[in-house]
Amino acid sequence: MELELVGITKRFPGVVANDNVNLTVRGGEVLALIGENGAGKSTLMNVLYGLYKAEEGQILIDGVEQHFTSPRDAIAAGIGMVHQHFMLVPVFNVVQNVVLGVEPTDGLKLNIRKARQQVQEISEQYGMQLNPNAIIEDLPVGLQQRVEIIKVLFRHAQIVIFDEPTAVLTPQETEEFFKIVEMLKADGKGIVFITHKLGEALRIADRIEVLRRGKTVGGADPKVAKPAELAEMMVGRPVDLVVHKVQGNPGEAVLLVDDLVVIDSLGSQAVDHVSFNVRSGEIVGVAGVQGNGQTELVEALTGMTRVESGTVTLAGLDMTHATPRRWHQAGVGHIPEDRQREGLIKGFSVVENLALTDYYDKPFSNGIVMDWPAAENVATKLVEAYDVRTPSIFTDAGTLSGGNQQKVIVARELRDDLQLLIAAQPTRGVDVGSIEYIHEQIVAMRDRGVAVLVVSTELDEVMALADRVLVMYRGRIVADLDRQATSHNEVGLYMAGAKETSAA
Amino acid sequence: MTATIAPPTDQPDKPRLNRFVDRLDLISPLLLPAFAILSALIVGAVIIALTDIDRLTSGDIGGIFANIGKAYVAIPRGALGSVDGISETLVATTPYVLAGLAVAAAFRAGLFNIGGTGQMLVGGIASVWIGFTMNGPGIIQIPLAILAGIVAGAIWGGISGLLKARTGAHEVITTIMLNYIAAFLILWLLKTRRFQRPGSANPISRDVTKEGRLPKLFFFLDGDYRAHIGFLLAIAATVLMWWLFKKAKLGFELRAFGSNPDAARYAGMRAALLTTVAMAISGGFAGLAGASQILGTQGYATTSFAGQMGFDAIAVALLGRSTASGTFFAGLLFGVLDSGARQMQLDTDIPLDVVLVLRALIVLFIAAPELTKLIWRLRNVQSADTPTFQGWG
Amino acid sequence: MMAKTDVSTSEIPMPTTTHAPTEPTFEERKRSRNLGITYLILAAVAAVFLSRRAGSATFRLDGGRSFGLAAQPLAWFAVASLAVLAGIQLWRGFGSWNNIVLALGTVVMFMTFLTWAAAGRDFSLIGMLAAGVKFATPLIFGACAGIICEKSGVINIAIEGLLLNGAFTSTLVGSVSSFWVGVLVATITSALFALLLGWLAIRFKVDQVIVGFFINFFVLGMTSFLSSRLLTEHQNWNDVPTLGVWKIPLLHKIPVIGPIFFEQTIFVYLAFALVAVMTWFMYRTRWGLRTLAIGEHPKAADTVGINVNRLRYRNVMIGGAIAGFGGSWWSADVGRFNENITSGKGFIALAVVIIGRWQPVGALIAALVFGLSDAVADKLSLLDTGIPGEFISMTPYLATIIVVCGFVGRSRGPAAAGKPYDSQ
Repeated sequence: MELELVGITKRFPGVVANDNVNLTVRGGEVLALIGENGAGKSTLMNVLYGLYKAEEGQILIDGVEQHFTSPRDAIAAGIGMVHQHFMLVPVFNVVQNVVLGVEPTDGLKLNIRKARQQVQEISEQYGMQLNPNAIIEDLPVGLQQRVEIIKVLFRHAQIVIFDEPTAVLTPQETEEFFKIVEMLKADGKGIVFITHKLGEALRIADRIEVLRRGKTVGGADPKVAKPAELAEMMVGRPVDLVVHKVQGNPGEAVLLVDDLVVIDSLGSQAVDHVSFNVRSGEIVGVAGVQGNGQTELVEALTGMTRVESGTVTLAGLDMTHATPRRWHQAGVGHIPEDRQREGLIKGFSVVENLALTDYYDKPFSNGIVMDWPAAENVATKLVEAYDVRTPSIFTDAGTLSGGNQQKVIVARELRDDLQLLIAAQPTRGVDVGSIEYIHEQIVAMRDRGVAVLVVSTELDEVMALADRVLVMYRGRIVADLDRQATSHNEVGLYMAGAKETSAA
Repeated sequence: MTATIAPPTDQPDKPRLNRFVDRLDLISPLLLPAFAILSALIVGAVIIALTDIDRLTSGDIGGIFANIGKAYVAIPRGALGSVDGISETLVATTPYVLAGLAVAAAFRAGLFNIGGTGQMLVGGIASVWIGFTMNGPGIIQIPLAILAGIVAGAIWGGISGLLKARTGAHEVITTIMLNYIAAFLILWLLKTRRFQRPGSANPISRDVTKEGRLPKLFFFLDGDYRAHIGFLLAIAATVLMWWLFKKAKLGFELRAFGSNPDAARYAGMRAALLTTVAMAISGGFAGLAGASQILGTQGYATTSFAGQMGFDAIAVALLGRSTASGTFFAGLLFGVLDSGARQMQLDTDIPLDVVLVLRALIVLFIAAPELTKLIWRLRNVQSADTPTFQGWG
Repeated sequence: MMAKTDVSTSEIPMPTTTHAPTEPTFEERKRSRNLGITYLILAAVAAVFLSRRAGSATFRLDGGRSFGLAAQPLAWFAVASLAVLAGIQLWRGFGSWNNIVLALGTVVMFMTFLTWAAAGRDFSLIGMLAAGVKFATPLIFGACAGIICEKSGVINIAIEGLLLNGAFTSTLVGSVSSFWVGVLVATITSALFALLLGWLAIRFKVDQVIVGFFINFFVLGMTSFLSSRLLTEHQNWNDVPTLGVWKIPLLHKIPVIGPIFFEQTIFVYLAFALVAVMTWFMYRTRWGLRTLAIGEHPKAADTVGINVNRLRYRNVMIGGAIAGFGGSWWSADVGRFNENITSGKGFIALAVVIIGRWQPVGALIAALVFGLSDAVADKLSLLDTGIPGEFISMTPYLATIIVVCGFVGRSRGPAAAGKPYDSQ
């Protein structure tokens, strides 16, 4: 079976997610589709799977044009997708999850026996041992993934798309996964393997295509391709993201993280024995593809999640299990990754949001009663100083644009007595003008002697801001580089797991 | 860095139509309740018409509409057209306002307090105990009894809050269960020698002593009017709730927690404490409602003095958008409907239960603002400030 | 029912991960500990309160038989056995026997209490148990309605209103035509009310608790209004023949069990049948699987092609129909409609759903417990035993709170209940 994507273009308001993409997949081969966050890989697959409708382009199967209006159509045409976030009902067992929607029945009655038999056949055929009666929420992630694969095969898929399949797997589970892929390939299935991990792509693929910013930028033959070349294609030349900054003058270490371990909700180690420091007057940037532990790291450094083991010290104070308020009172500012969830309260005015972290103390309140006139005073000054575009300080902060919301948060967090600033995805969803402004503020902090930690999935941002660059991959720090001594491409390699320093 | 706060929207150069629409926007908080009430009155009229069996069978269509008209006129007339009417309206309004504030306060903190009835019962029993045990002077006894009612209600509400804080048990279930427990508790108490009225076989309490009764409002007029200072307490409570959420630090925390628990946690607010305190404050308002009913309106306790107030209060809080002043006026509306309905029943043949139907319809049109907007082609109308259900655990 | 399977005995080569599914989960250990503590408390109650009375109670059964139990010895037996159970529970638990042990412990405690309360007297145990089954019946219907709705992901606080509508409509329509026509119309109208609930919750995304309350307000208002408007004048519209007891041939002759379960009205039999049918449908049919899926993980169901909202609408209507039917029980029992005749039983049904862990058989047992407590309170007040009936009546409500706090973990209810589903 041959699947062709011809000239696929998919637009969303303000962005072209896929721009004239061409792709071919044949039965019996593995195509790796690599790219960074936001390259358009997932969008492309959602178009293929019938979840999105492309504005332009065609999908052809064996030369026949297809029109998918829903995943049902795609499934019927033989396309199966294993999502990055599993679509499994946790309280069901394996068989129930596999047959949901296409249950074999015997009149009214569910023919579970037949279903179980079929599931067992498929799992044996492809070397995926699995107890069909096991309950999903009891299974480790690697086995849950097998259920998703069986689901796809149960529906007679000829093309199987894997979206970042190894993102949540342990190294051992990854090995087992590759064996399964080999068996699927041997059976004549066409495999699409979406990943940002170069090493795996090179290992398993027969062909590689690179996507960057919605366009296909070229293919490669895994047998001869060099990781460095691929990284360059993936990451591209540095964009004109230039931040004017002078040479820094770092002082003592302010933040000391030692052997930190954080367990995520799935039970795996999201942060895996991480150690690093941030000195005053320097910007440390943490690069990495989303999902490699950065989120959990920042949550641990702001008191929003439990630390399993290891220590965190701020200017000598032990902050390992500190609450968010203690972090704040210790002189730490935090620009959160998800401003809607953690940073702002929709429905609250700009004043109220500016008062959010200090409301219990002067000048905002005397402990019992709020001093709104004083708060309004402060707010007015802040709004002016940070150029927040809002009709008034009483406007609902939820109605402001992304950039202005972020500026409100920046205005609040950048206080005079700051020791450490932690900025996670500081310019996500923010307009270009505000991006520049926020970057300037961050550099200004650093020039004043504040220790700054910037965590971002935008490599350009990290490279522009950082004095030192750390890279997180699979929950570990795989690189700790002096910005001047490294390049986009080298960092890209680390991000893609293609390189590891001996310390990692 | 230049100041770039946008200039105010009030621009005299805009065409007149746009300015009118702008001004409509200013009163848009009132638009939804107004249209909700209007829709309810219309649907109510239809229901009344359709159940007017006698007039329908005799084809007296004009009579049907005349009857409805009489009814809708009788309600405000009965409620506000005479001193007695006003007195009754105030008596009816007071518990609606107080219990409504209880529910509204909980809503603002993101909690569903369905236990208003139980909290009222407990508050009323506590206050009646002080009421018949002490024998003056009123200046001490009355505040003490009121305080007892508030504290009892706060404890009853606080139990649900504490249970949620510690075990995650959803307050909808625990408050409903506590309603029943309170009802049985009161029933038992009213049969004990301490509480039961001597000489009565029924579960009725002793009378509150004369000094313990809330003073009447219209003492300066001839005639015996029931309105008592409980109404003033309701006003005071409204102001207190306004102050709490507008000016108090605690109110800021409760609102933040109710709007976005994650951000509240990030800001250092403690969920467990706020949940318990919010339910206790809510229960306190309801306890006050109970105390007012006993010390002011009734003078003694029965098993049913709280009626269904806990549920009705939900409707009041919804109509009032969970704000202090909104709840007050919503409670007033309900009070008007209740006391005016009696006149309506006299003037027409429509039973006063129709008020229950009208209230339910008002709740519908307030709580489903999209529906109301759809019917009346409204835009830019704010929706209700109620929390969304997040699961039982 | 879906049983948890021990994965470790499978053929999977298990990679070393941090996950160990064979160990009891945190939730299970907490539940085990709370059960143990409960037994201890019960033992303490038995020791302190129930061991003081001398004398024995005579329990009359059917056929002129009776048996007696001595209060004090029984009390000490209870203390000892409950203490032992507590010890075992806290130490290692009973595994899958947990629930059976709980049932046995409850029975022991119950009999001890009854014996103590009725010491020196006799009363009809059979009569009381049969009354308990009868009182449980409307709760069973209400709970089944609640289960279908919640399992589909829609919270149904309106069970009370749906039951009340069933009672009113079946009386009104039944009075002017036949009883069963009345029941049919009651069923259909309640299904329509439930559809309204679904429509407001799904299409307009009104919060489901609020919608539930609206339906309750509306039905209470309408039935009271119509009752005053129409029924006071037309008394003949408020008169249905009550349903007689139907003794099931042969079965009702079984000693003890017979008179309790097989000499009831047809509503009781239908309630039990409903539980059986619903259990079968939920766990053995395609409809059941999909219903459970949309309540737990609607997005997963959506991605495999199930129309989540359409199934929700359908199920909500079925739930409404069941509740409407259950409401007719009042007509059958009382023969007329009184304002607010359901007086909150719909909310009890909600508690039954939760205690019964959202499963029909569990709800049946919980409903029987509530029904029994009603019957016991009745009986005890007649007996004048010195215990206020009110405290007995409180027990199931207290028990509900305790269960919701200590035993119903955070992941018990259908995971997606209460949240409207948006397929983008």
